[in-house]
Amino acid sequence: MARMKLDNYVVPEAPRLGFRGWLRWIWRQVTSMRVALILLLVLALASIPGSVLPQWPQDAAATAQFVADHAFWGPLLDATGFLDVFGSAWFTAIYVLLFASLIGCITPRAILHYRELRRPVAPAPSRLSRYEPVDASSPLTADDAVEAARAALRPRAGRLGALTGSRVRVDRRDDGTVALAAETGHIRELGNLVFHASLVLLLVAMAYGTLFTYRGQAIVVEGRSFTNAVVAYDTFDSGRLFDPASLDPFTIRLDSFDAEFSDTARPLHFQANVTFTEPGGEPVEETISVNHPLEVDGAKVYLQGNGYAPVITVRDAAGEIAFSGPVPFLPQDAVYTSTGVIKAPDVSTGEQLGFTATLYPTFLEGPFAVASIHPDPTNPVIDLLAYVGDLGLDTGIPQNVYRLDQSQLSPVRGDDGQPALLRVNLGETVDIPGGLGTVTFESLPRFVALDLRADPSLPYLLTAAILTLLGLSVSLFAPRRKVWVVAREEDGTTVVTVAALAPAHDAGVQAVRERASRAATGEREPE
Amino acid sequence: MNVTELSIMTLWGATTLYAIAMVAHAIRLARVADDKVAARAADREAVAVGGASPAEPSAATEAAASSRPSRASKAAGIARSTTMVGALLHAVGLVARGIDAGHVPWSNMYEYTISGSFFAVAAFLVIQRRRDVAFLGAGVTGIATVALGLAMTVLYKDADTLPPALQSYWLVIHVSIAVLVTGLLTVSFIASVLQLMRDSRDSGTRWTGRRLRFLEAVPSAASLEALSFRLNAVGFVLWTFTVMAGAIWAEHAWGRYWGWDPKEVWSFVIWVLYAAYLHARTTQGWAGRRSAWLAIAGYAALIANFTVVNLFFQGLHTYAGS
Ligand code: HEM
Repeated sequence: MARMKLDNYVVPEAPRLGFRGWLRWIWRQVTSMRVALILLLVLALASIPGSVLPQWPQDAAATAQFVADHAFWGPLLDATGFLDVFGSAWFTAIYVLLFASLIGCITPRAILHYRELRRPVAPAPSRLSRYEPVDASSPLTADDAVEAARAALRPRAGRLGALTGSRVRVDRRDDGTVALAAETGHIRELGNLVFHASLVLLLVAMAYGTLFTYRGQAIVVEGRSFTNAVVAYDTFDSGRLFDPASLDPFTIRLDSFDAEFSDTARPLHFQANVTFTEPGGEPVEETISVNHPLEVDGAKVYLQGNGYAPVITVRDAAGEIAFSGPVPFLPQDAVYTSTGVIKAPDVSTGEQLGFTATLYPTFLEGPFAVASIHPDPTNPVIDLLAYVGDLGLDTGIPQNVYRLDQSQLSPVRGDDGQPALLRVNLGETVDIPGGLGTVTFESLPRFVALDLRADPSLPYLLTAAILTLLGLSVSLFAPRRKVWVVAREEDGTTVVTVAALAPAHDAGVQAVRERASRAATGEREPE
Repeated sequence: MNVTELSIMTLWGATTLYAIAMVAHAIRLARVADDKVAARAADREAVAVGGASPAEPSAATEAAASSRPSRASKAAGIARSTTMVGALLHAVGLVARGIDAGHVPWSNMYEYTISGSFFAVAAFLVIQRRRDVAFLGAGVTGIATVALGLAMTVLYKDADTLPPALQSYWLVIHVSIAVLVTGLLTVSFIASVLQLMRDSRDSGTRWTGRRLRFLEAVPSAASLEALSFRLNAVGFVLWTFTVMAGAIWAEHAWGRYWGWDPKEVWSFVIWVLYAAYLHARTTQGWAGRRSAWLAIAGYAALIANFTVVNLFFQGLHTYAGS
């Protein structure tokens, strides 16, 4: 059969002039199927740079590096939104247009569909010859034959029949023939409308989520706790309408962290054992692991990363403690070779001290290089480079704890005039050359990076997603077909003509036609 | 013999059998096409002689077709049995790999490739049970041969434990459907390609040569379109599910349901391309050839998503490529 063309909204001729005419013309264009199609293609194309070029929201460091490395293209791509594709004006414009088109498309279709539902089934065409009709003779009377066919086409009980079954109409024509027209397919259109409407719902839910969501990341060292408050997070982002006062000030204490690795240094299992305490509540022991966040107060706490936070004590020239505490080191590779920065501003005498350091959890010294060979802390060693001078902490500008601002620092040199490498084993103390003090590697607890996130839109998103999927399935799999059975009595016998109309891909229509035909010719349904 | 060896052996066996099956399928197609052409010639002769009226050529057609049934049916028999046994070995290889690794065999590119190619062949065999789609056999077994061969030589990785990020039942739900869709859409991709070739041949624009006469043996462009639509429809619904399940998993594992990670970008691109295909089918001027091209573009993006994206783009899904 001819394919159904649903291009109902294209205006064939050019519009007359006039502002409102133009507006209407533009609206018609925007809601035409062809424009929707082109917008979809443009949307697909426009997304691709987002996977090829580094993107600010996904990887700010790599993006900054990219801009720095490409003197011409970097700033140009940045200014034109290519380094934040999914937040760019042009990407937004594409999907906003697409959704405008979508709403403009489904609204009239929904109205049409409603009217269509209330309209009676169209009578069978007077000539069926265009639909490859099949004639058969039947022992039944014309009335009984049609009645039997109608019964066969009736929705089967218990199978969502009321929705999926045919709507039927029977006419007794003037020439004595009895004609039955049955059609299915309204459910298909309904599914299609539900599907498209759910997409709008999905978008609205996402927008709602971005307004109210919040997310914070905190680094917690074994044995320490963390209180849920905006200031306690290392980084904190929230939607525009989020109210910081709404945070529930619970505490999470990291009692211990289990990390298991295979011999080949593959991670096997990570688990944070925590004590969770609601304000005024009893402490509760919980675990957090990858894929198993802890649910608290409408939010979830995720285990996002882990590493070592060696406890370091720095003594100054006078032997006074200038710094003491755990310092989170960032893992650089699969064997947890980790780098960190130690800042000791509170010296009692002389200049401030700073260190850049590398931790090797299982230290191994080769002929040319040193390395860690396993992430477990079997033989932990820290290499340090010491600096003296001004750490630049008093400028009031917040500093990155993982970077040492070396602009006012100079390296501490050894006897050979080269920057001195200090190597310290767990539990040991080394001297800083020049009598500047000592560094002690006290212990090696682990830290976890916890991500706390709340997004109040999740239940709505899930609902919209399920509706989308249901609508889509119905819209693609519910059949749209028409079946006609015309019976006439000729010379004492009844001749039944059966024909059907369905899209080319509908392989099931044959069976339905045969079912109607068998019923009308008095055969019993094969069970 | 341990399970590792068993898996490797059976998978190589499947590769070999698929290669044979591909050749047999191709030969069968060529024979059927020859027979059809011969039958048509016989019809014309019959008409010229005046024996049969043009309205009833089928008698002559059948006579010509049945005069040399053995050559095509012999090839068909070989094709069918090698494909079946190949699929059986393939299944054994997959299960052995799963036992070896201690988890479902789709956690890295090697495993994804051996599973995806299995699902492609399985989808073909399942459809074949319902209706005759033997004309797709050469394409399906051809792609399976190449995919398995590449997997065994280039992508091979020893079985290993799952990293913590993959230790979730979502690996079973999300990835199995993704692999299944890949298999299904592979079959429909072949149908779309045949549709375009056949359409060009019918209109006399391209692919008209004698060497491509096998195109005479495939169904009309319209019925190929209908076939690929039905597969794409199922594929699209399952892909929608895959993306949604992925979002739910991402929410569990990473704390956000969508973050435009390269893999997510491409999953989105695939989804939008197939949505565009579905719209194109019902848009004037786009139904037919152009929509078939869109389906092919969607399939290309699907393949890119687990080759190019795994190998060259950094993202949270990176472990899949390792
Ligand atoms: C966000 C944008 C859109 C997406 C993702 C989308 C997706 C889809 C999908 C997946 C289908 C297949 C279901 C089916 O064939 O029944 C479909 C069908 C359809 N869409 Fe959309 N659509 C979008 C926008 C639009 C717009 C703007 C229009 C109107 C101009 C539209 C009109 C239709 C129609 C009429 C069908 C039914 C086609 C048929 O019967 O096969 N869609 N859409």
